[in-house]
Amino acid sequence: MAGKVIVITSGKGGVGKTTTTANLGTGLAALGRKVALLDADIGLRNLDVVMGLENRIVYDIVDVAEGNCRLRQALIKDKRYEHLFLLPAAQTRDKNAVTPEQMKNICDELRKEFDYILIDSPAGIEQGFKNAIAGADSAIIVTTPEVSAVRDADRIIGLLEAAELRDPKLILNRLRPDMVKKGDMMDIDDVIEILAISLIGVVPEDENIIIFTNRGEPVVLDQNSPAGQAYRNIVRRLEGEEVPLMSFQGSSSFLSLFKRLVGIGGR
Amino acid sequence: MNGVNLMDLLSQIFGKDPEMKSKDTAKERLRLVLVHDRTSISPQLLETLREELIAGISKYLEIDEGGLEVNLDRNERAVALVASIPIRKMKRPFDVAVER
Ligand SMILES: Nc1ncnc2c1ncn2[C@@H]1O[C@H](COP(=O)(O)OP(=O)(O)O)[C@@H](O)[C@H]1O
Ligand SMILES: [Mg+2]
Repeated sequence: MAGKVIVITSGKGGVGKTTTTANLGTGLAALGRKVALLDADIGLRNLDVVMGLENRIVYDIVDVAEGNCRLRQALIKDKRYEHLFLLPAAQTRDKNAVTPEQMKNICDELRKEFDYILIDSPAGIEQGFKNAIAGADSAIIVTTPEVSAVRDADRIIGLLEAAELRDPKLILNRLRPDMVKKGDMMDIDDVIEILAISLIGVVPEDENIIIFTNRGEPVVLDQNSPAGQAYRNIVRRLEGEEVPLMSFQGSSSFLSLFKRLVGIGGR
Repeated sequence: MNGVNLMDLLSQIFGKDPEMKSKDTAKERLRLVLVHDRTSISPQLLETLREELIAGISKYLEIDEGGLEVNLDRNERAVALVASIPIRKMKRPFDVAVER
């Protein structure tokens, strides 16, 4: 069975791509799936520290692309899950150290062994982004409910369409229900209406993310934090399950939203 | 194009609409900027359009090519192609006669 290659992208930096990749990957592994995380942010490697695996790196993605090592050798096994691996980005090289073709080959090789390959994309729309999407068969777009992030997400949607990556799914990150209630933050409906794509999940602003990331632990494993719950819900939707949105997430028309939720899985 | 509309006038007189939430402002601004972003018309395409407009209109009217302006304008929630085309005279004889 061939695995799914999903790129996590956004356009704008700092909106939560790396956090999302780490948590969805760990969440899928917790359900017993074989998962490879691929850090495509060459030069600004981060997924390793978010996963708490920074001390184990020997080879990286550029070594694989250049044939300095085999793919197997570069894959770092996670501390927590037997079937979760990370292919780290190179830190001292730039975006042009890997070509889209090499990226595609790496994805196709991983596909043979893993159920999911999640690619953490760099910010921007240039070579790094093009590399990150080259081997993917679907995309998750992360945005926050802010004008600049949504605008960049819209641009990314256009570029994905041009690259024939159809039907991307949206994660709305850092939603603050208190601000939504006061009318000082766009709500789920507002963002969906503007971007006109389907939603796969909403992650609230949650300081637990910072606390867990400080320790190199994905918050998805924490049963008590709202963000952990939100990520577990998204994981189940990826697996094709229908999971309603969490109740604290303020929305003007909850029912219409529920209908818009779609899983990537189950095809 | 840039004339003061009633809404602007009212908000100038009464100050900012107290009912206008900051998220509504955000949404409105996004909508405008995206309409523009999505119609990716490059300056080069606009120049080609200008030349073809001149060629097309010149079949019927004698126009002042130097004074011709073609621009994209954003208004409420759409992008408009606004062309200002100074006409010297119509080409057909009876129109010329009417003109003086
Ligand atoms: N839902 C959230 N609540 C609180 N902090 C968050 C949330 N999502 C992301 N962050 C924080 O925002 C910062 C940027 O996130 P990151 O995943 O590195 O973004 P990107 O990879 O898109 O640049 C990090 O410090 C992260 O801990
Ligand atoms: Mg990142």
